[in-house]
Amino acid sequence: MFDISIPALSGQLLIGLINGSFYALLSLGLAVIFGLLNIINFTHGAQYMMGAFCAYFLLNKLGLGYWWALAIVPLAVGASGVVIERLMLSRLYKLDHLYGLLLTFGLALIIEGAFRFQFGSAGLPYAMPESLTGGFALGFMYLPGYRAWVIVASLVICLGTWFLIERTKLGAYLRAATENPTLVQAFGVNVPRMITLTYGFGVGLAALAGVFAAPIYQVSPQMGSSLIIVVFAVVVIGGMGSILGSVITGFGLGVIEGLTKYFYPEASNTVIFVIMAIVLMIRPQGLFGQR
Amino acid sequence: MKLKMKTLVAAAALALTAGAAQAQISGNVVKIGVMNDQSGTYADIAGPGSTLAAKMAVEDFKAKEKGLNVEVVFADHQNKPDVGSQIASKWYDSDGVDVIVDVPTSSVALAINQITKDKGKAFLVSGAATSDLTGKSCSPNTIHWTYDTWMLANGTGTAIVKTGGTTWFFLTADYAFGHALERDTEAAVLKAGGKVLGKVRHPFPSSDFSSFLLQAQASKAKVIGLANAGADTTNAIKQASEFGIVKGGQNLAGMLVFLSDVHGLGLDKAQGLIFTESWYWDLNDQTRAWTKRFVAQNGGKYPTMVHAGVYSAVLHYLKAVAALKSDDGTKVIAKMKEMPTDDILFGKGTVRADGRKIHPAYLVEVKKPSESKGPYDYYTVRATIPANEAFRPMESGDCPLVKKS
Repeated sequence: MFDISIPALSGQLLIGLINGSFYALLSLGLAVIFGLLNIINFTHGAQYMMGAFCAYFLLNKLGLGYWWALAIVPLAVGASGVVIERLMLSRLYKLDHLYGLLLTFGLALIIEGAFRFQFGSAGLPYAMPESLTGGFALGFMYLPGYRAWVIVASLVICLGTWFLIERTKLGAYLRAATENPTLVQAFGVNVPRMITLTYGFGVGLAALAGVFAAPIYQVSPQMGSSLIIVVFAVVVIGGMGSILGSVITGFGLGVIEGLTKYFYPEASNTVIFVIMAIVLMIRPQGLFGQR
Repeated sequence: MKLKMKTLVAAAALALTAGAAQAQISGNVVKIGVMNDQSGTYADIAGPGSTLAAKMAVEDFKAKEKGLNVEVVFADHQNKPDVGSQIASKWYDSDGVDVIVDVPTSSVALAINQITKDKGKAFLVSGAATSDLTGKSCSPNTIHWTYDTWMLANGTGTAIVKTGGTTWFFLTADYAFGHALERDTEAAVLKAGGKVLGKVRHPFPSSDFSSFLLQAQASKAKVIGLANAGADTTNAIKQASEFGIVKGGQNLAGMLVFLSDVHGLGLDKAQGLIFTESWYWDLNDQTRAWTKRFVAQNGGKYPTMVHAGVYSAVLHYLKAVAALKSDDGTKVIAKMKEMPTDDILFGKGTVRADGRKIHPAYLVEVKKPSESKGPYDYYTVRATIPANEAFRPMESGDCPLVKKS
């Protein structure tokens, strides 16, 4: 069982990267929201699920395919995030983190429950876009075209987001607004609106990951809750609020998980939490966290 | 003081026996507890549909007219043995529940099997699969109704080996059910002359199967046996097609596939799958009529074999309670084994001494999208496995109840 073959191992590494790209996309959204709003967004999994469902509806009710979904879904679900932020979250900023966590956790349960009531738990099928159905024979494995696309797309999005927040003027405003909102407002920047849009952006990232996931996994109400716990572990390991940290950790843990699935599959669900425990002991602020 | 104590005890004892003689139905109500996964992976297989099926059985039994007061309650065990055990103990000890029904997820069912035995209540299993419930863990208080891992393995495994699928690789859910299904299928495959090349055990539940599928692909086995259920199975099937496994000449064998899974996958992805079920809604006029009633109350979702099993089991349970005029768990189960079963869904059948309900099983194939004529018209029945061959012979089950007699 433990005889290692190099082709098989490279296959598992590649698959780990693919899963890692989902972790990275989701933890990126969480990190943006936490870093700039100080809200631990437990609704993230539900919003990821809403993204997948939204893509399903676009295809089956309106006849709009995958590429349309990629553009429309993040905007639509992001808009729902904006509503949540305006109506509810904005009232909690002055309170402890815990209240935001409780609110978003409750919302996640409500959203999931409503979807389950409406669509059942077995899930709905979402067809893969024609143009991405093929694959490449790499010698050591068969790489489905769709998975290759997911890796590339999520890398581009992750780096783009990092660039936006760390290297542009808009990003500088955002970061300044989290440090000292009053001062930034004095310069004529509409801080509450910026915060609202940031939340919408984070939610949109989750929805985008949902669209990426729809053709691979069943579109089902619990698809988010099974992933969100792992993603939180990724964020904790990377360092809460660290954007680059969450991206690197996302991909890295995907690879480690992939290797575990090869060497000792029974432990593949726990390995991330073991790493989290070790990191918390040695470096409580996370690998890339500050303070 | 001593005297007083003695009289008190005597009075209490008297009251107790008097009570027992008078009210054979505890609390004057037969309380049926439907326990399953109400909201997770297995909610469409069993879930609220099972509660509905139990209520339909009570309705069709016409309990009120027969002077029986019957109540149906339900709970969510979240697929966790500890949660399930807690609910069961509370139900039996303080809520007056007389019988627990359904309980998918074998690990939970095995835990409740033990609790029910210890407390002398009754347990009717429809959703859980492990054949251990009528094997080494069999109990005088449990009847295993709808299907089991041996039935699935024997039906599907044997049929596939006979049509040329001689080498197997297992993808197994890493808990009691998966292990039992893998063990029983392996035995069936070996017996039919096949070979098992390898196996990999995945955590339950999982959403990504690509790593495991890659290992299955590398094994070069002709058949990849999916010893899992629910969303695990559908995700594995979906991803197998993505990785070109079927195109590469390997076949998938879903060892436990339910109607709701096929619905979730879509005929496009599921077509051609072969597996075993013990009930299908489109078997005859009676099953179709019952299904019509069920669908109307279940939000348009069609019944699985688990739902049918709950209906049939509850109906037979109520018949036994009415015949005995008692809801004492051990006695009712004994009576249920004594009486032949007969209902509109499974027809005539029997319950064996080891607690196994006996009826035919069906080897079905999922239709092509072009062959399906209406909603949930998904299966072609390829073969009927007669009742006496569908389940494990009682002698080879190692059930202690059988050895003694």
